Amino acid sequence: MENQFFVDSNYLSKEALDKKHRLENDPTSRSNHMEYMPGMEIIESDVCSNVMEQMNSYDYSKYTAADVRRALEHETCSIEDFKALLSPAAEPYLEAMAQKARNITSMHFGNTVYLFTPLYIANYCENYCVYCGFNCYNHIQRMKLDLEQIEKEMKVIADSGMEEILILTGESRQKSDVKYIGEACKLARKYFRMVGLEVYPVNSDEYKYLHECGADYVTVFQETYDADKYETLHLMGHKRIWPYRFDAQERALMGGMRGVAFSALLGLSDFRKDALASALHVYYLQRKYPHAEMSLSCPRLRPIINNDKINPLDVHEKQLCQVLCAYRIFLPYVGITVSSRESAQFRNGIVKIAATKVSAGVSTGIGDHESKYTGKEKSEDMGDEQFEINDSRSLNKMYDDITEEGLQPVLNDYLYV
Amino acid sequence: MNNDKLVIGEHEFDSRFILGSGKYSMKLIDAAVKDAGAEIITLAVRRANTTDQESILDYIPEGVTLLPNTSGARNADEAVRIARLARELGCGDFVKIEIMRDTKYLLPDNQETIKATEILAKEGFVVMPYMYPDLNVARDLVNAGAASIMPLASPIGSNKGLATKEFIQILIDEIDLPIIVDAGIGRPSQACEAMEMGAAAIMANTALATAGDLTLMASAFKNAIGAGRMAYLARLGRVLSRGASSSDPLTGFLND
Repeated sequence: MENQFFVDSNYLSKEALDKKHRLENDPTSRSNHMEYMPGMEIIESDVCSNVMEQMNSYDYSKYTAADVRRALEHETCSIEDFKALLSPAAEPYLEAMAQKARNITSMHFGNTVYLFTPLYIANYCENYCVYCGFNCYNHIQRMKLDLEQIEKEMKVIADSGMEEILILTGESRQKSDVKYIGEACKLARKYFRMVGLEVYPVNSDEYKYLHECGADYVTVFQETYDADKYETLHLMGHKRIWPYRFDAQERALMGGMRGVAFSALLGLSDFRKDALASALHVYYLQRKYPHAEMSLSCPRLRPIINNDKINPLDVHEKQLCQVLCAYRIFLPYVGITVSSRESAQFRNGIVKIAATKVSAGVSTGIGDHESKYTGKEKSEDMGDEQFEINDSRSLNKMYDDITEEGLQPVLNDYLYV
Repeated sequence: MNNDKLVIGEHEFDSRFILGSGKYSMKLIDAAVKDAGAEIITLAVRRANTTDQESILDYIPEGVTLLPNTSGARNADEAVRIARLARELGCGDFVKIEIMRDTKYLLPDNQETIKATEILAKEGFVVMPYMYPDLNVARDLVNAGAASIMPLASPIGSNKGLATKEFIQILIDEIDLPIIVDAGIGRPSQACEAMEMGAAAIMANTALATAGDLTLMASAFKNAIGAGRMAYLARLGRVLSRGASSSDPLTGFLND
């Protein structure tokens, strides 16, 4: 079973539809996804080749229950151990993995759970990524907040008590240029202690500029580490360039960012291989930049506007939990973020095992925080959402729920220096 | 025993237990003060720097000395800036220098720590540097104006105890400042052992924070540290002390 991603909109012109169909059906009509576009910075790095070598040679079917048991007994988890823990042979050991993961999480993070919220400031996009609600062929209400609107949204969020924000845009350099994102960061610094960015990948000098504007954490999801599969999902636009995206975190660190976050979008490709590559991306980059803070996310595919059938296929909650436990055992020191794509029940459970950060008060739409937070009537002037969220708890509700679980919610553990 | 004070800079303390900041909860602070008798509590400035929902500063009981730390600093310059911010926030003049260039093991950077100690001591801070136990570095820290030396027992949060025991003993023997064992102490027995060796105080956090019964473990630490201190002051018996001595004098053959 595969997801059926292609949806034609009645609003597209015949020319646009023809082009869309050509991209979908004729691989030769698509550009070379491994070739950098003009202006894209190329850096010297062996991280990618290290990760790919491990991923390409990973045959998870060869691991046995004995390998899994050995991995669970070892005090430090080697790459081989990690591969065993990600394999199907580890599925019967999920409870034992969870127990071990919980102990490690507790040793490194105590009982704290960090809270943050995302703020989408624009949803224009120049790419055709077939699974994404923002893709340029999807008919949705587009919007880009001006600085005044951004500040208004930030005030609403800050009033709720939130101290960490993640600023997001659709991937359009034209509509949301680096200067615009930088201005949003400057505003965010006024209202929040910690400002993260999840925007299109940029060059190291641009990351440096954004850092100077107040951002200190950069999240880039590779979507899938299988470059051939990636090519069939990202049919057009700068996002199509797989290696430029891969090196984004390293360029961000070169630009002076304190930390970087990683993930594959689980359900797009072979999730075991993608999980292996995501963690090794962290592992090898940490060896090169030992001072950097690193975190992993674990998004699964969600339904989008105009395509409510999209789902994460074989990555059920059990598999997701297995991946997260394996991440924790292999990388005891990294943050693990679980977003509102997952249910309240799953998030309540996983913060006790492996996750260290959750979002709250989430909207993936544009300019709708006031209506969502205060119940004020929706204005006409709003942009549609990137995907459907699952857990819509407010900050207060999340704060109380975490406390009730015997954990300590933390709004800020951060200083911009 | 009553006059047995821990002296850091010009300040005197009765308690030899210091609460670390790695994991925190209001319950932990409460237990540390009430049950472990802590008079000094470490505070991560990056956490204190918070707005309204919950400021850890609000939970520090009166009479307790705040020891702000510079966690999050990656070099001397950042540590100095965080220390100055702590002072502005009203956290007093104490500062524990923590400089980590490594997010995996959180091992302190000794070189940068010396630099920061020198700058902050000159600015009038009571500087307590966290360090990897190295005698040469400890001497440099003394010369730079440190008020105590805080060597790690084993990797932070690991609960592995005195992995660096031999080297901490060397610091205790050679350095005139209080040696406060910081990081890695997981059991009261390990705290007791370090105190027997002559450590001036113990800093712990994870051992309490992750215990099944927080208040009981806090009491256990208090007793263990007290027992270790008493044993040190009482001087260990000859079999246990280093270089056990013979019961008959070896030099009895000497004439006048």
